Amino acid sequence: MAKDLEDGADHTSLIEEVLAAYPKKAQKRRAKHLSTAGPVEDGETEIVSKCDTVKSNVKSVPGVMTIRGCAYAGSKGVVWGPVKDMVHISHGPVGCGHYSWSQRRNYYTGTTGVDSFVTFQFTTDFQEKDIVFGGDKKLEKTIDEINELFPLSKAISVQSECPIGLIGDDIEAVAKKKKKDIGKTIVPVRCEGFRGVSQSLGHHIANDCIRDWVLDGEGSEYEATDYDVNIIGDYNIGGDAWSSRILLEEIGLNVVGSWSGDATLAEMENAPKAKLNLIHCYRSMNYICRHMEENHGVPWMEYNFFGPSQIAASLRAIAAKFDKTIQDKAEEVIAKYQPLVDEVLAKYKPRLEGKKVMLYVGGLRPRHVVTAYHDLGMEIAGTGYEFAHGDDYKRTGEYVKEGTLIYDDVTGYELEKFIEKIRPDLVGSGIKEKYPTQKMGIPFRQMHSWDYSGPYHGYDGFAIFARDMDLAINNPVWGLFDAPWKKSA
Amino acid sequence: MSALRQIAFYGKGGIGKSTTSQNTLAALVEMDQKILIVGCDPKADSTRLILNTKMQETVIHMAAELGSVEDLELEDVMKIGYKGIKCTEAGGPEPGVGCAGRGVITAINFLEENGAYDDVDYVSYDVLGDVVCGGFAMPIRENKAQEIYIVMSGEMMALYAANNIAKGILKYANSGGVRLGGLICNERKTDQELELAEALSAKLGCKMIHFVPRDNIVQHAELRRETVIQYAPESQQAEEYRQLARKIHENSGKGVIPTPITMDELEQMLLDFGIMQSEEDRLAEIAKSEAKSA
Repeated sequence: MAKDLEDGADHTSLIEEVLAAYPKKAQKRRAKHLSTAGPVEDGETEIVSKCDTVKSNVKSVPGVMTIRGCAYAGSKGVVWGPVKDMVHISHGPVGCGHYSWSQRRNYYTGTTGVDSFVTFQFTTDFQEKDIVFGGDKKLEKTIDEINELFPLSKAISVQSECPIGLIGDDIEAVAKKKKKDIGKTIVPVRCEGFRGVSQSLGHHIANDCIRDWVLDGEGSEYEATDYDVNIIGDYNIGGDAWSSRILLEEIGLNVVGSWSGDATLAEMENAPKAKLNLIHCYRSMNYICRHMEENHGVPWMEYNFFGPSQIAASLRAIAAKFDKTIQDKAEEVIAKYQPLVDEVLAKYKPRLEGKKVMLYVGGLRPRHVVTAYHDLGMEIAGTGYEFAHGDDYKRTGEYVKEGTLIYDDVTGYELEKFIEKIRPDLVGSGIKEKYPTQKMGIPFRQMHSWDYSGPYHGYDGFAIFARDMDLAINNPVWGLFDAPWKKSA
Repeated sequence: MSALRQIAFYGKGGIGKSTTSQNTLAALVEMDQKILIVGCDPKADSTRLILNTKMQETVIHMAAELGSVEDLELEDVMKIGYKGIKCTEAGGPEPGVGCAGRGVITAINFLEENGAYDDVDYVSYDVLGDVVCGGFAMPIRENKAQEIYIVMSGEMMALYAANNIAKGILKYANSGGVRLGGLICNERKTDQELELAEALSAKLGCKMIHFVPRDNIVQHAELRRETVIQYAPESQQAEEYRQLARKIHENSGKGVIPTPITMDELEQMLLDFGIMQSEEDRLAEIAKSEAKSA
């Protein structure tokens, strides 16, 4: 079904054609966000293509449909929300919390409503009088009620919605006071939605709050072993962190903390005792890794658990930071799973080989899943991020081949046009993009929520990933797409 | 009944807006005008001289007590004062918390929706010193006050403030139809006060409505929670306020779109009056005094 790209290695004319619909000023602004992965310079060995030529992390153009979120989404939805034994208060009017309720499928163990609260929705439900008189008293009352109703909650975070910043409530003072009153960690997060250009600033603010209100606390009494590591930036969507943890434990490492999928407050407090931080989603949690490196002496490294080739490479790279027993075990583990990999590839590669994929997702997936597709013999025609910074695009070059279309903070219109022109065999993006794409007759998988499937991390996850892509692409429904009267004509 | 006139008093904090407005309105009511006062200051001191009480219950406080503004009845928040003047106070949070501007917006909307504006000739807004945010600009937006009276004096900061308020009026003049009624100079006994006030009104292109002389009787009346009109109806000061009231009454529809001046122009004006020294003059003077002491 895929159309060969007439542009060849360069998408200049495609980009121009798509931009032509805009007024001059918007054309000029959007042009900077669209590009093609270019050739690497001589002597450059880290990357296979040059992708950081697009402009990123700037304000979206008003009037176009951006697919971005806000700072509150970045803090409450991404970083803090999955910490399971904490209660996260959506502080402000009811809507922000209600309409973002349980959207990220952060799996966890525990008894919901007793010691775990991820799928609960707490809000201070601001009314007019709270705006006029300030909401600090209501916040105090809410904290007291939570403490009474849910005595096993270990801590509380206050996720600020826009009005909190506008009326200047002193949530830090409330946090300090209530911490004294109830003896639990209270984290005030100034993640008002209007701050920053996307959810990215929310991640940063949330990281800073972990630093200031969790790590700078009394410290933990945890006694670390030489093999302790943290999983950072894995939100356990559909169980991703679990299928990653299995592998790390199998090679002999001890996972102290899982940040923040299926995490507990204690895990976060213990984290600085670990020997190494392993970061999956660099964009949302590099800040805390840098902090732990500078202040707790914990080095960090990036890894990628999507697809067997990256899993093996990552396991080896991680093991190389430890002694020979770990390195040997890593080889054993890779060998152990090879039959599974072979089986998956034997079954699905023939069905998927040569298929073209376009991606448009968030934090790390626009680059990290690329090699998982490559492992299945598929190709990436285009990729882009909602809220990446320059360093993400630089890293993208480690994965995507020269000639890949790159789009930053793509607008609804642009993405539709690109899909229409390239006509890939599969598009991987979010719920808003799903149905327009399928109506164009193109298979689609949600790559934020794994389309209610998963996990996709680790060897176990790869098997599910391969099956899901096959289900989407080779679904017989696409054979029924053309109207029968048109076919006979 | 003639068409409803909506006026507002603005000016630097502490300049005497509330005192001037209440005395003026007390004089207007003597002219058989039906009046509604809307106090738009969280301090809620815009009606005490009319009501002869400490402070009245405010819209926002009552609403908070009852749950929300929807639970409120107009009778709960509207009190009748001197010669039938209807008094309301928006109210707001204690200093340093919440959003007083939102309180003003909520209160004004409530009063309008619940018929407080029916059967009156005048609605008078008394707004706090600085238009710090959109909430305090509410009375000059959305077709509320048609004429703004700026209370000022010969003090430099009062002149600055008056000019700034004129800028605010200009901003809304074209969209909402608000006009500058004129300046009311509340005497502070500064140098060439009347001349300065007249010069500024000329620059702003508006009228100097009235020069209210300073008289301690205003203080005496205020300590008794009364207007001068009520406390000493025969006094010269009461007559001054009656004159002011007459001029405002006759000023209907004669407001102007102000022409505010730049900071430089304002300072130049003060230099021209010899009130402010230029930098060169000041340096020369310092040099002279140093030479003398050496």
